[in-house]
Amino acid sequence: MNSNILKAIRITLTLTVLLCVVYPLLVAGIGKLSKGKGDGETIIANGKVVGYANIGQSFTKPQYFWGRPSAVGYNAAGSAGSNKGPSNPDYLQQVSDRIDTLLKYHPYLKRADIPAEMVTASGSGLDPDISPEAAKIQIKRVADIRKLDEQKVVELVTSHTEKPLLGLFGPAKVNVLKLNVALDELK
Amino acid sequence: MNTEILGIIVSFVMMLVIGIPLGKYLAKMFAGEKVWTDFMRPLETGIYKLSGIDPNQPMNWKQFLKAMMCINLLWLVYGFFVLMNQDKLPWNPDGNPGMTADLAFNTIISFVVNCNLQHYSGESGASYLVQHYIFMFLQFVSAATGIACAVAFFKAFRDKTTTDLGNFWNYFTKAITRLLLPLSIVVSLILTFNGTPASYAAKDQFISLQGDTVNVSRGPAAQFIAIKHLGTNGGGWFGANSAHPLENPNYLTNITEIVSQMIIPIAMVLCFGYFIRRKKLGWVIFGVMMIGALLLLIPSISTETAGNPLIAKMGIAQPTGAMEGKEVRIGPTATAFWSTLTTIVSTGSVNGMHDSTMALSGLWQLLGMMINGFFGGCGVGVLNYFIYLIIAVFISGLMVGRTPEFLGHKVEAREVKIAALITLLSPFLIMAGTAIAAYVFTTHGNADWAVKPSAWLNNPSFHGFSEMLYEMTSANANNGSGFEGLGDNNIFWNVSTGIIMLLGRFLPIIGPVAIAGLLAQKRYIPESAGTLKTDTVTFGLMTFAVILVLNALSYFPALALGPLAEHFSMIK
Repeated sequence: MNSNILKAIRITLTLTVLLCVVYPLLVAGIGKLSKGKGDGETIIANGKVVGYANIGQSFTKPQYFWGRPSAVGYNAAGSAGSNKGPSNPDYLQQVSDRIDTLLKYHPYLKRADIPAEMVTASGSGLDPDISPEAAKIQIKRVADIRKLDEQKVVELVTSHTEKPLLGLFGPAKVNVLKLNVALDELK
Repeated sequence: MNTEILGIIVSFVMMLVIGIPLGKYLAKMFAGEKVWTDFMRPLETGIYKLSGIDPNQPMNWKQFLKAMMCINLLWLVYGFFVLMNQDKLPWNPDGNPGMTADLAFNTIISFVVNCNLQHYSGESGASYLVQHYIFMFLQFVSAATGIACAVAFFKAFRDKTTTDLGNFWNYFTKAITRLLLPLSIVVSLILTFNGTPASYAAKDQFISLQGDTVNVSRGPAAQFIAIKHLGTNGGGWFGANSAHPLENPNYLTNITEIVSQMIIPIAMVLCFGYFIRRKKLGWVIFGVMMIGALLLLIPSISTETAGNPLIAKMGIAQPTGAMEGKEVRIGPTATAFWSTLTTIVSTGSVNGMHDSTMALSGLWQLLGMMINGFFGGCGVGVLNYFIYLIIAVFISGLMVGRTPEFLGHKVEAREVKIAALITLLSPFLIMAGTAIAAYVFTTHGNADWAVKPSAWLNNPSFHGFSEMLYEMTSANANNGSGFEGLGDNNIFWNVSTGIIMLLGRFLPIIGPVAIAGLLAQKRYIPESAGTLKTDTVTFGLMTFAVILVLNALSYFPALALGPLAEHFSMIK
């Protein structure tokens, strides 16, 4: 047993150097070559960092496209989902209220046009994306408030729609922050 | 065909394409035959030298288990003190506080036993020092421990009669240098180049487009997330685990992460067959496990893609499925796929919140963890399955009136007793744990703990019961996922699940290794016409039936009170 303890201590120290120093430094070093240099990819507008490409942010003003509801108010230092169960009455009331709010701001919509993701909280509270359908239902509102030609906004949404991986795998999506940055730049 | 379905099909195919050859490679590598990774030998020799280890020293099953327990105990004690004092130690750029004693107790056990039940949140609860030097370190070595024990168990059946199960340090080191570390480098680079942070930069702050001030947690996460999946650990760098857009930035990383958590469990099953030169046995076990996995996967995917019936009643569209707790870039299909696989292989990482999945999906997740033998965790999955095998051998021996035998060794009272005790352990821990929790919740709602029992549950009624049942089940299965609505950072949950995790890890390792050690010492009986063959489809089905019957009898009442009751209340 004694010899086991000594061996255990020594191999723990040796492996700590290999697994906690060499390995992460190697990956961090190679990671410097990646797009965000391994710090996370940022989005720049007017010369200022306005966010991270992969981190959703809160959009509540009517002149922007909105993202999904977030259980943590898009707190990027404390991610979480709502953890509400599917039959929870308070939760179902909350979803129903969100539908009413959406209908209030988009009076032209029918209930069946609203995709579920716009009235349900994401898993991380930081979902950066919405589906192309969820962007489409907001086009008229955004165009009206900004006094833009609706067709121009339609084109913007289309050009910001990211296809499934290789066109084959997974869902299509629209990054809300990138779309809104482009919207602000639209003259 | 729908791109979300195609996405999971390609993930599934990739698991097999990588997992199957990996199994052959592992069998050769652990047997000491020539393999292409032999260039790692100087590194291993260096590790042995620095640690004073002779990798060729034979060990019997008792010596092997002693070495294994000894080093695990060391990690428990050393990690406990580091966690409690992380605020006083260096490399804590976000200034996170030290853990309370009960949280440190729970957390260190959780990482040592390959469970990664996290009662803290990564962003605010752990310094970079702890994340790397304790958590990530343990993610490597706990997986390597499981693999080493499985290989010792294989070794017992490779030779006709033997007391030598191989050397713990040898298997343990090679599991890291020849498997976990190289794969982790590949996976972490894929993640880094797709947007997961890998640098040591601390929290950042920016002003959003709308004008809000936002803090963003970052850190060297890619390295951690790679081994979290490869080692079937599951503990996330960020609180939201792989639902977090930095932890799992796009569909490609989602495929990478789900594939990397499946390949070693799949490989270990086939490795068993190749290692003991009974290829067919490996494939029969693989077949049984695959049928079990599909029987849980298919209903789970169909439940989630159908959406929430109560939201459907509100008249809105659920074109892809239920979206609460899920991410748009991943979608309900891939989330359901992941939720089943992560519960059967004991990873416990999530790419969507299980608490918000449909009642029936919760049932499949719970069942996956209760059975815990369809592929299962790194190494330990095969050991769990072996217990079912021994019970199946015993029952079929009784049915046909022959002495039960397994691979040429008589299975006698002592071995069956060990197997029976291990089988009874899981239902006992899960049921007794949940019963005590429910009792405390109903009668001591105001106990003065960090979270009062009356405030434990995030959801009322049947779903609240499921939250408690899930936590105990996850702890026993060393899974680590949770119905995270549960207020679990308080002395009751920290201590109870801590103890359950310890028992649920080490007894199901010690039991099978001991049985294998005992069997291997016995005289070898050559196969004859009277031998019960264990590598046939018939025997595979027999084992499957044993798994079904044992688990249905053990868990049906609890499942009826939780997810089943919720389901029927939703469709009424």
